Amino acid sequence: MSPPGVLVPGPFGIDPLVWVVLRLLIAVLLVVGLIFNGALLQILMERKLQAWAQDRVGPYHVGPWGLLQTFADALKLIGKEDVRSRFTDAAFFLTAPAITFTPMVAAWVVIPFAPGVQGIDINIGLLYLSSLGAMGVLGIVIAGWASNNKYSLIGGLRSAGQLISYEVPQILSLVTVVLLAGSLQLTKIATAQPGLQLNLFILPAAFLTYFIAALAETNRTPFDLPEAESELVAGYLTEYSGMRWGTFLALTEYGNVTIVSSIMTTLWLGGWNGPLVDQAPILGVLWFTLKVYVIIVAFMWIRLTLPRFRIDQLMNFCWKVLIPLTLTNLFVTATLKVALPAPWDLIAIGILNWGLVAAFIVLIPRLQRRRLERLRERLRTERERTLAPTA
Amino acid sequence: MPDYNLSYFYVFVFFAVGAFVVGALMTVSRIIAPRRPTPEKLRPYESGEEPIGQAWGRYPIHFYVFALLFVVFDVEVIFLFPWAVIFASLGWYGIVEMGVFIAILVVGLVYAWKKDALSWY
Amino acid sequence: MTEVQPYVEIQTPQGVEDELVTEELILNLGPQHPSTHGVLRLVLRLHGERIVECLPVMGYLHRGLEKIYENRTYEGGIRYADQADYVAVMLNEWAYALATEACAEIEVPRRAEFLRTIVGELSRASAHLVWLGTYLLDLGATTPILWCFRDREQILDMFEEICGSRFNHNYYRPGGLLYDFPPGLLSKLERFIDRWEKNIDEYRELIEGNEIFLERTVGIGVFDSKTAIAYGIGGPMLRATGVPHDLRVDRPYSIYPELKSMKPVTAQDGDAFSRYQVRLGEMKLVVALVRECLDKLPGGPVRARVGHVFKAKPNEVYFPIEGAKGEIGYYMISKGGPNPFRAKMRGASFCNLQLLPTLLRGRLVADAIAILGSIDIVLGEVDR
Repeated sequence: MSPPGVLVPGPFGIDPLVWVVLRLLIAVLLVVGLIFNGALLQILMERKLQAWAQDRVGPYHVGPWGLLQTFADALKLIGKEDVRSRFTDAAFFLTAPAITFTPMVAAWVVIPFAPGVQGIDINIGLLYLSSLGAMGVLGIVIAGWASNNKYSLIGGLRSAGQLISYEVPQILSLVTVVLLAGSLQLTKIATAQPGLQLNLFILPAAFLTYFIAALAETNRTPFDLPEAESELVAGYLTEYSGMRWGTFLALTEYGNVTIVSSIMTTLWLGGWNGPLVDQAPILGVLWFTLKVYVIIVAFMWIRLTLPRFRIDQLMNFCWKVLIPLTLTNLFVTATLKVALPAPWDLIAIGILNWGLVAAFIVLIPRLQRRRLERLRERLRTERERTLAPTA
Repeated sequence: MPDYNLSYFYVFVFFAVGAFVVGALMTVSRIIAPRRPTPEKLRPYESGEEPIGQAWGRYPIHFYVFALLFVVFDVEVIFLFPWAVIFASLGWYGIVEMGVFIAILVVGLVYAWKKDALSWY
Repeated sequence: MTEVQPYVEIQTPQGVEDELVTEELILNLGPQHPSTHGVLRLVLRLHGERIVECLPVMGYLHRGLEKIYENRTYEGGIRYADQADYVAVMLNEWAYALATEACAEIEVPRRAEFLRTIVGELSRASAHLVWLGTYLLDLGATTPILWCFRDREQILDMFEEICGSRFNHNYYRPGGLLYDFPPGLLSKLERFIDRWEKNIDEYRELIEGNEIFLERTVGIGVFDSKTAIAYGIGGPMLRATGVPHDLRVDRPYSIYPELKSMKPVTAQDGDAFSRYQVRLGEMKLVVALVRECLDKLPGGPVRARVGHVFKAKPNEVYFPIEGAKGEIGYYMISKGGPNPFRAKMRGASFCNLQLLPTLLRGRLVADAIAILGSIDIVLGEVDR
């Protein structure tokens, strides 16, 4: 693999300078195509999956098996009136979708689909991705504020609270992986997991915490409070309509889901690594896409199973469970890595991480049940006290 | 180093493309979509009722506490990134240094927790 | 284009304009809102996201049902009783029919009583299914509502076979029922009951095994039995506070005294989770009751010999029955004419709704939805 980004001659003896421009053009076209097609495909997939879980058919009429449904929806959105309330803050209201959409597009530049099939392999790729993730929050908060609508405002404040809180465990989980890989460059992290030595097996606790935080960062159920339909109508999206809404919700949300899934694939699932990749490097793209879509389906599965958190529970879960857990994980991983020699450190870290995962899965429900039991006990005694005089 | 410049040129181009795509979508939508505003349509939506009082007011201070906590912790994790990259060469020294650094922040977290700053209003 | 004010001005308290005080937000939840279950409007005064005060505003669905009864014959009123609680339709008709029969002193054939019990209980089941699905939807889960509606559809299909209509059945008549069950329906009903009993366990597994659901419902919207009685609340809401009060047992009507499986379902804590438990338990109870009715079903006519238009002697009755949401009853005065002089409906949802402002004080907006969903109101019954 050639060091990426350097002026190299392209295939068929194309001049290096021309190749740089050509490559950029191809990358841009591919990414824009991927974002649009990804959104179209994922929405259809989600609706079909949901239909399947809920004993119904789902989109059926547009195109064969309803395959063109989302395409028709997109056309409808573009042709729909863009209603803007007269009392909004015009400048912010109009730019807010762009503020969330642009970082999402920019994040695609570092996603490593396969060796060489990547926009650019900057050496601080992971830091770049996390900083872009933080930028998306701005657009949502701005949209909530600029709408001059109380639902939007509450949605915006919620998202501010939620997204910035979950950023911390998200980044802490990433740092844990960086500890093992020793680099922020995405290709290096991917190549640091040869064969079955996936980070998923070594650092499952970090994967779990990142997965949960990623659900929160992309506003997916059970963390979809900023746009909680049953409470806030549509949260920060309430005043948006037409394609502005489409950009916000459909394109950005699904684009972000794809990006966090790609990050998980690269960091924990070995990126493009898979059988036969050494013989045919282009297979890497296939493996990568497959892994990404497995995670996306997991996202959808969670969406159709779980109800929504309440905002204070969400905050408690982040600050009182996830952050201590990720901090502990990080610190213990670092200590073990320094303390033990080469093959043993990974094994020790793995055992410890699986232990953390098991503790998380076993303890959290148990603690919760015990807490609720105590709550009921308290309610019962309180009630007995109030009912005592008449009884 | 020309390499870095090239990298960031790509990044810059992608940002520009993102903004351009949004602009293009809006323009297309503006050209083909109808525009028939009515006074009721242009009022902020509040479940079909006339809003009472406006949305732009002063909210409780508690929301800002989260922002402050976030700044503290986000800066912390940004410091963790470079540490994580070179930590293998730092050895025990790096661990202890970072332990002290995190410990100070954890004390802050515990303080905020005890002060009830982590509950939502 | 005319000028529109963006909002109604509210007066700032005197002397605080320049001080740094937190402003309270006044938020309208409804009438056009996804989870106020119809056209209820809640005016919430918020401090941040905490509710300081809640004012329910209703009447958006008022159709003057009680006045309409006065201008219709006794039989013609049934069709309007449908529109009160439009989720548990048969139970409204039943209450109206029982009040009419008590007023005009009509005897109902035995087979009709059994069939009435079966469709009434199925109607209760369909109301609880709607409640369960929408409640989970209020809490953010999308799947249970479709599972519940899948089963409810089958109940509605059977109702369609019985009386030709899925929603406003118009099936009960003073003195019996419009038709007997069509051939083949009883075996279909048995099959449905067997299948549905398994599905109830499926709901239970999906919902109760979920930590987030428990977190959202346990200890939320708590009130004790004393408050419930003081507010005139009955039905599942009262039974969730531990009082085994059920009109089917305590003030029996129709054939309920004969049914052995009729036992009130209660829960202890009086919170949203207890109400969920009671309603799920009542679904199981419906299964048992319908089974028992099917076993004991006698033959004979389904309608007493009463004309379509009849006159009742001057009389004054109140007949309450156990509705899906609490006690529903009709207070009927006749002055000897072919239509009631006055028919007043007691709606359970209305009484349940009264408790809402007390329950919401000091809670978060998200809880407002969880509590409103758990007290189970239907605006058709509130506004009438």
